[in-house]
Formats: sequence, C-alpha cells, structure tokens
Amino acid sequence: MTTISENPTAPATPATTEATGLIGFIPVHIARALTLGGGALTVASCFLAWTWTARFPGDLTVYGYPGGLQLQVLVAGLLTTLFALSSYGIKGTRWLTPAGADGAIKLAALAAFATAWYTVAAISIQLGGPVNLEPGGAVVAVATLLALVGALALPFERPATHPADPEDNGWDQFKHRASNGLTSFKAAFGTTGTPRRLPPLPTPVEILIIAGVLAVALGVFTYGIGTEYDELFIGFLITAGFGFAAVNKSGLLQQATQLTGKHQNLTIAGAFIAAALFPFTQTDDQYATLGVYILIFATVALGLNIVVGLAGLLDLGYVAFLGVGAYAAALVSGAPTSPFGVHLPFWAAILVGAAASLVFGVLIGAPTLRLRGDYLAIVTLGFGEIFRIAVMNTDGTSGPDITNGSNGIASIPNLDFFGFDFGAEHTIAGFTIGRFANYFFLMLLIMAVVVLVFRRSGDSRIGRAWVAIREDETAALAMGINGFRVKLIAFALGAALAGLAGTVQAHVTYTVTPEQYLFAGPIPPNSAFLLAAVVLGGMGTMSGPLVGAALLFLIPNKLQFMGEYQLFAFGLALVLIMRFRPEGIIPNRRNQLEFHEKDETPATLAKAGA
Amino acid sequence: MTTTTTKADATTEPATPETVLDARGVTMRFGGLTAVRDVDLTVRSGEIVGLIGPNGAGKTTFFNCLTGLYVPTEGEVRYKGQVLPPKSFKVTAAGIARTFQNIRLFNNMTVLENVLVGRHTRTKEGLWSALLRGPGFKKAEAASEKRAMELLEFIGLQDKAQHLAKNLPYGEQRKLEIARALASDPGLILLDEPTAGMNPQETRAAEELIFAIRDMGIAVLVIEHDMRFIFNLCDRVAVLVQGQKLIEGDSQTVQSDERVIAAYLGEPIEGDAPTDAPADTPAPAGTPKAPATEAGAPEEAAAPKETTGKSPEKPSEKPSEKSSEKPSEDTPHDPASGKENDA
Ligand SMILES: Nc1ncnc2c1ncn2[C@@H]1O[C@H](COP(=O)(O)OP(=O)(O)O)[C@@H](O)[C@H]1O
Ligand SMILES: [Mg+2]
Repeated sequence: MTTISENPTAPATPATTEATGLIGFIPVHIARALTLGGGALTVASCFLAWTWTARFPGDLTVYGYPGGLQLQVLVAGLLTTLFALSSYGIKGTRWLTPAGADGAIKLAALAAFATAWYTVAAISIQLGGPVNLEPGGAVVAVATLLALVGALALPFERPATHPADPEDNGWDQFKHRASNGLTSFKAAFGTTGTPRRLPPLPTPVEILIIAGVLAVALGVFTYGIGTEYDELFIGFLITAGFGFAAVNKSGLLQQATQLTGKHQNLTIAGAFIAAALFPFTQTDDQYATLGVYILIFATVALGLNIVVGLAGLLDLGYVAFLGVGAYAAALVSGAPTSPFGVHLPFWAAILVGAAASLVFGVLIGAPTLRLRGDYLAIVTLGFGEIFRIAVMNTDGTSGPDITNGSNGIASIPNLDFFGFDFGAEHTIAGFTIGRFANYFFLMLLIMAVVVLVFRRSGDSRIGRAWVAIREDETAALAMGINGFRVKLIAFALGAALAGLAGTVQAHVTYTVTPEQYLFAGPIPPNSAFLLAAVVLGGMGTMSGPLVGAALLFLIPNKLQFMGEYQLFAFGLALVLIMRFRPEGIIPNRRNQLEFHEKDETPATLAKAGA
Repeated sequence: MTTTTTKADATTEPATPETVLDARGVTMRFGGLTAVRDVDLTVRSGEIVGLIGPNGAGKTTFFNCLTGLYVPTEGEVRYKGQVLPPKSFKVTAAGIARTFQNIRLFNNMTVLENVLVGRHTRTKEGLWSALLRGPGFKKAEAASEKRAMELLEFIGLQDKAQHLAKNLPYGEQRKLEIARALASDPGLILLDEPTAGMNPQETRAAEELIFAIRDMGIAVLVIEHDMRFIFNLCDRVAVLVQGQKLIEGDSQTVQSDERVIAAYLGEPIEGDAPTDAPADTPAPAGTPKAPATEAGAPEEAAAPKETTGKSPEKPSEKPSEKSSEKPSEDTPHDPASGKENDA
C-alpha cells in the first residue's frame, strides 16, 4: 500500500505544479521508457523457460516456444508494449489509443504483472519454493514489475482534494488522508478522455474490422472454454479482465461499438456465424457440451431480460418456465418413463413446450401484475418453488402419476429432424460433428429466434411501452398505456421463450428432474444465476445477458476445485463487479448515448422562442 | 404586447362553445382530510381556463380526479358528454392529456421516444405486428415518428430528438412534457404549473405555446401560481381555496374580487394595490411572480385554523412561498397516487 500512504503529500502540493504519477519520484520520460522496456522484456521472457520441470502444468520449460500461462503473459506484455509505443506517438501504433494511452498502459501493465506474478507464485508454491524457477521466471517477474512501476509513475490528472483539517484528531486526519489517497488512486486509473471519432472508412473496411473484432472475440472465448487446468483458467480470468479494461480504457472498444452500432444487423449475423464456427474449432465433443449449456443458459437469460430489463418486472422464479417447457417436451417425447405414450414430432413438441410455459406465465401474471412493486417478486419466487415441489410430488404416490417425482423423466430420445439424427455423429466437410455439436446448432437457431424477438419487440410501440412502465408507471398510465396488459404481454412472452429453450434442454440432458430447476444452486441455469447474468451483463441490452451468462456458466464450471467455497467466491465476485461496474459489462445503449451527448450539447444550445 | 393581442382575438373566436369538460360536485377525501370539496367546473372548446389557489388548495388533487389517477369520492366527470372511466389510461384514450407538476418524463428514453410513448393510444400495433414487421407496421411507425417530430418542432426541440430526456434543461423538460401530452391528440389538455421554475423569458415562451395549443383547437385547463401569467392567458379563471371553489369568472372579475385578494394574494405589500398589480405592472424583469413570491409568510401555521372556520376570508391570510415549498409538498403524494390508482 505504498502508493496510498504516499498520497497525502500530493494534495498538499497545489495543482499548479505539473501532473505527477502515483509514484511521484520518477521523472516522466524515464517512467515511460521503463514501461516500454519492461513491456518488451516481458514479451521476450515469455520465450524463456520459467521452470525446470514439466510437473507444473502447461510445460513452461521450453525455450523459444511460449506455452500455457506464458501465452497469456505474452499477450498482456504485447498490449503493454504496443500501448507504450503508441504513447510515444510511433507511426502505425497511434490508432491503438484513440482515448489516450496512459490509462490503458497502466491496466495492461497490471494485467501482465498480475498474470506473471500469479504464475511465478503458483510455480513456487506448487513445486515447493522459488528454487524451482529457471532464470526466465525471475526475468519475467522483474520485467513486469518494472513495467508496472513505470506505468504507475506516468502522470495523470489529479482530482481536487481537500487537505485534512489540522484540528481533527489523528484518526480523523488519517481517515481523511486515506480517502483523499483513494480518490487520487482511482483517478489514476479512472480518467479517460472521450475517444477520437473514427475517421470515415469505406464500408468494406468497416466490415472487415467488425469481422476482426468478432474473430478475436471467438478466439478469446474458445481459449477460455478450452482452458484445461485451474491455473490456466485463473490466469485467463486475470489477463482477460485487466486486458478488457485496458482495451476499454484505450478507447478501442468504444470505436468498435460505434462500428457495430452502425452495422447492427451485419454484426449480429457475423456473431452468429462466429458462434456457429465454434464446434469446428473443437476436436472432441467435450467443449461443445459446454457450448450447448452456455447457449441454453444465455437464451433463457435473454428471455428474462425482456421481463426484467425492458419491462422492469422482477421475476425470481423464471427458471420454472424453463422447467415447464422441458417437462412438457419430455412428456410428449415418447420417453419410456413418460406416462403419456405419445411421441410428437419436434416442431409440435416445441409448440407444446412454449404454449405450456405461456399458459403458466399468464396464470401467474394475471393476478399479480395488477399490483406494483415487490409483490411480483414474491409471487414468482413462490411459483418457482411450487413448480419444483409439485413436480416432485406428482409421482403416483403423493399425487397423480405425471412426472415420476424426483426420478424425473429419463431416457428422453434424441431428436430426429427429417431423418437427421441428433444423437449420431455427422461429418461435415471433413469435420466430425458430434451429438452435442448437433444440439449446439439447434440451440443457436433457437437463440436466433429469441434475439429476433428481443430486438423487434424492444424497438416498437410495445417495447417503448415496456420501458415507459419501467421508468415511471404513473406517467406511463397517464400516457394511455394499459399497464396491466402490456406487463402481462412481457411476462407471458418471457415465459414462452424460456419454455422454448426448455424443449431443447430436455433433449440435450436426456433426463429432466425437479432438481434442475432450483432458485439458487451451484449449477446454472437457476433463477438466481439467470438474474445475475442479466444484471451483470447489462440490463436491457442484447449482448449483455449473453456475455453474462457465458461468464456465469464458465466460472463455476472451471472453478470446481473451490468446492464448498464456490458460491461464496461467486457472491464476492458479484459484489465486486457491481461495485466497480454497476451498469453491467455491456452498458445500455442509453448510457452510451449519455456519453455521446457530452461532446454534442454545446452545439445544440440554440432554441426557438415559441 | 403580443400576448394580449393574441388573446384579444381569441376571446372573440369561440362561436360554438361545445362543453368539453364537465365536472360536477367533485369531492375527494383522504381519510379525514377533504382535499377537494364539491367542485364544479366546465371547460368549453376553444377556451383556456385557469385554476389558481394557494398551495395545498387541492388543485393537483382535482386534476388527479379528472384524469382517473384518483377516483373521486363523490361527483362525476364528463368529457364531451361521456362519463369518464376511473382509469388514467382510459381517460387519455378518451381525449384528456395532462402534464405533471413535478416533471415525470421517462428519463432514460430519448426525447423522441418520450413523444412516441405519448402516441400510444392513437396507434394499434401489437406484439405480433412488431415481431412480423409487415408493411403496416413500418407505415404506422413512420407515421408516429413523423407526428412526433412535428410536435418536437412545435415546441422547438427537434434538434434534441436523440438526447436523453433527463439531460434536458428544466424548461425544456416542461415543454417536452407538453409535447408528450399533445401526442395523444387530446381534445383537452391539463397543465399542472407549466411555468414552475422557469425564468421570465421561458415563461413568456410558454405563454405563446399555450396560445398556440388553443389555436390548434385543444381546450386548455391550466394550474398556475404566476398571477400575471394566468390573467394574461385565461378566458376564465377559477379560484380554489381549501378545496372549495371560491369564485369563477373572467380575469377582471376574479382580480377585483375582494375574497380572492384576501384569500390568495394576501395583504397589500408595499402600499401597491394588488388589484391591478398582476395585469398592469410593466414586467419588472426577474420577478414575474412578485405578488405570490414576496408575500412569503408562514401559511401552514394559519391553514388549519382556517379549515375550522367556515369561510376562508380572513384578510390576514398570506400565500406561502411557492418556490421553496412546492416540490416537497407535491412529491410525497405521488407514490401514494400510484397505489390509489391501482388498488
Ligand atoms: N394521496 C394523498 N393522500 C393524502 N393527502 C393528500 C394526497 N394528495 C394530496 N393530499 C392533500 O390534499 C391537499 C391538496 O393538495 P394538492 O392538490 O397537491 O394542492 P395544490 O396542488 O393545490 O398545491 C394537501 O393538503 C395534500 O396534503
Ligand atoms: Mg399542485
């Protein structure tokens, strides 16, 4: 905490002196050189051996070929170096930092430092002491440290703080200084200029850039999903987290959103193509399995976003609608354990599942949506539990025999679509597409439907009515909106979409049991995780819940070694994210609008008299 | 003065005075408190009617009764001969639009979207048409957008169509509320203190705006504290005191009525006769609300005393200071109003 205890001196020196960094005693030009050198050295050290034995996973013993965690440090080091070069104004790297380089450098250096030191620490602890490090390990530690020190010494605009009152007692003075220090500390990472506007580019170039961005996204996602051991995944989280923040700070992300906003349909189509390519990047079905589950989770989260994000209705039992859809599909799937001996074709099963959820949505919504506020949350929470317990009890002993109770409906047959057997492997253009990959494609289609519904309904008369109700129900009513009706539509639509996803889920998992549809549990999707995915990703946005769902699925899935503490860590992570990015990972379009306005308002001050 | 001339030819205009709004015996009680007591009010087409009264007189409550936000304890409200249903969205559909005393825009929607929401009752496209996006949908959206842009031009906000409502300055937010209300093609618009918090220029612009609305064939019922503004603007003024209608008549009658002066304007301030102050003083820039604002005296203390007394004619009554009291006075009721409405 040297940085913080040092700060009280800073506010004392008045703002007239030139801006300094968090680490004040290093002159700016040396700091910058230090960062660049440290970054370059980091990159180089990734080609050295960091440890002598392959016992540490990822084989970091090879010279000239970065493996495992080295790859991540390499990426972070490259980012640092490039941003540092850009801050020198080197031709060809200027475009990297349209919103100023210094903030981005700090975060990139932090990414490299954190990942490298995590690796070094992991090696030392796992193999029993730092003696197990090869010289390369020491080099990377020093290099990232140098880069970080240099980055922290870069100047930033200090916020105005008040010096402590000398008449206060010591503790109060300390508190005051600490809070001043914290303010400056935050400012060191926090200040960003608005990025330069993107120069007008020919459309093909813009499309190419979008394709590039999507390719990077697919690459990062595929890498994350494919991380094979815990250290690699934690490293991935560190690198990706800080790296994302660095790229965001550099302004590149904002420019990218400008572009994707301009070619929205194209971007969405591109994203679906990229997602469809995912199974082809995998050699076995293992990761396609994860892919399908993520898709199911994300689709349901997007459906929930209509209810929560657009219409502002807090639904705490949403997973029950997924369950209704899944059970409905399972019952008519011809599974031997289903008491109904029918085997409907899939298109009919989909309709049955969605319709069943819709009916339940209306049944739950009709009495509760007339009320305002928390009633709905309580009733939906209750409904979620009622569904689970009712399904548990309709087992033939406690109630009528419909759902087989806690055993669930097992051996649900695979789908067969016009002779295309979803259970079998198929070979497409030399690639083997296994069972889960088949379902992955089907789920992608379902998600496309949900995305379409979300976008089209959101941008229409009814969508505006939803947002109006969320913003101010009284005013919305006074504008002639039939609040109850409009809310019921949102609620029922959300339920039907969840049911839709449920029909596929039943077939993917072979078995549906009541325990799959909990309010909260370690395995998504459950109601709490769905809500978290929406809030975390960004309420009311389309891509937010998708990103949120992917993260919320992957993190618990990959961190299984944490065992009992998993939910605890998850809760902690949620608190932290909500503290530092309350608008969610993908901020709402409306928040972005606010951004834009800052540089546009002066132009539109003139106003007509009457 | 442009305003006076506009008004002059306006007063001669209504040749066929159809009754737009007809409220009879409207009474609103909250538990033991009678906020509005047996108020009759009619508004004819082409008219601008003012509703004045000291703070807490029940003006906003009366508006809420008219627009279905409250269900009046007693009484009946007719719009063009039809009894209004007690639901605010049905009232809007019937043709009464309103603005709110404490601005209630949809903050996180753009200016254009706010006005589009106002078009809700005049468009029919449901979920299916939104999902299928047929030609009918596109035509309807384009028409709504065109109408909304016209309204934004009308109030002079066309350049800010894509701004967020919450980022507009105060005066423009008030105007946007008016545009949003106009979007439902009303036959009568109710404005609750449309110039509260505005500077003199903005107030004058608002005046012009209200005349323009009247010229569009929309009857206007307006609550205001600003005397000069209201007597300039209105064909008829009703005075509400302690929930009861004290008097109703044209500006001259109301201005010179002893009881109004006593109950509303308070005692003469600087020897200046308050009777002609509102109409005649040549706009001392910066203090357009002179009579109301300067007489700021502790009214709340005096108010309960008066409730017991039969008539609110005590000359000692002084209007409370508006600017400091209004927000705190109005805001707390609104959540309540919501519940009231839904229960
Ligand atoms: N929902 C409510 N519940 C209880 N009392 C209310 C409610 N709404 C208004 N009132 C009371 O009715 C009286 C009139 O208020 P209001 O109509 O807001 O006055 P004005 O708009 O004329 O300033 C006030 O005494 C206020 O406290
Ligand atoms: Mg009021």
